Amino acid sequence: MTISQILETLNARLLTPEADCSREVHTACGSDMMSDVLAYVKDQAVLLTGLNNPQVVRTADMMDMVCIVFVRGKKPDDLLLSLAQQRGIAVMSTDLTMFTACGLLYEQGLRGGVG
Amino acid sequence: MGGIHLHYIVPGDDFTRAGEASADLKSRLKKLGVPPTAIRKVSIALYEGEINLAIHAGGGDIDVEITDDTVRMCLSDQGPGIADLSLAMSEGYSTAPDEVRSLGFGAGMGLPNMKKYSDEFDIQSTVGVGTTVNMAVSIA
Repeated sequence: MTISQILETLNARLLTPEADCSREVHTACGSDMMSDVLAYVKDQAVLLTGLNNPQVVRTADMMDMVCIVFVRGKKPDDLLLSLAQQRGIAVMSTDLTMFTACGLLYEQGLRGGVG
Repeated sequence: MGGIHLHYIVPGDDFTRAGEASADLKSRLKKLGVPPTAIRKVSIALYEGEINLAIHAGGGDIDVEITDDTVRMCLSDQGPGIADLSLAMSEGYSTAPDEVRSLGFGAGMGLPNMKKYSDEFDIQSTVGVGTTVNMAVSIA
């Protein structure tokens, strides 16, 4: 699915206006532990997290992830957003909980990567 | 000595800056035309190393050598050292305090991830003296 479809499915707000929302996302990963995220290589993935610090963007960047979704209405600061903007990573925020957000994306056909 | 040599200093007092060296190396490797899979392995291994230097060792040094077929990384610190290396290498074991966990790390995956993503891995540590990690990733 595309980043636009994720925005719509999660009723989320895009926080990086310049992001290319037509990009395809093939897999998803939901975690607040960045080392767990780093343990699994995924292809063009979206990261769902409740953790709100710049290391979320750095982790996503190292994994070549294309999109970060902050759950439970978390709002990242300007430093995080500018870091994401530089790396071409789309950032959005949804009021949904992690469980519900992951469930909705799963329902739409998105799956976890290979561990 | 051929190849490209880089040196990075990882500060021990600013967690938000951990990852700058990996991001810089990643963009350099991209410009050199290194295959994406190899770049990802280098980036993740070095990023975990940087996080370790920042949270466990009070900072440290990273030396990188890029040749035609390999990226070699040496991470050294004068931190507290690791008493039981085999325990530290097992997945899920961590001595990180709660404040580090609240930052998204300290799940006990740092050293295992570094080993997993590198083609050569060696760690030497002495309690009270420091730790040195050598990693190599093939980019040919």
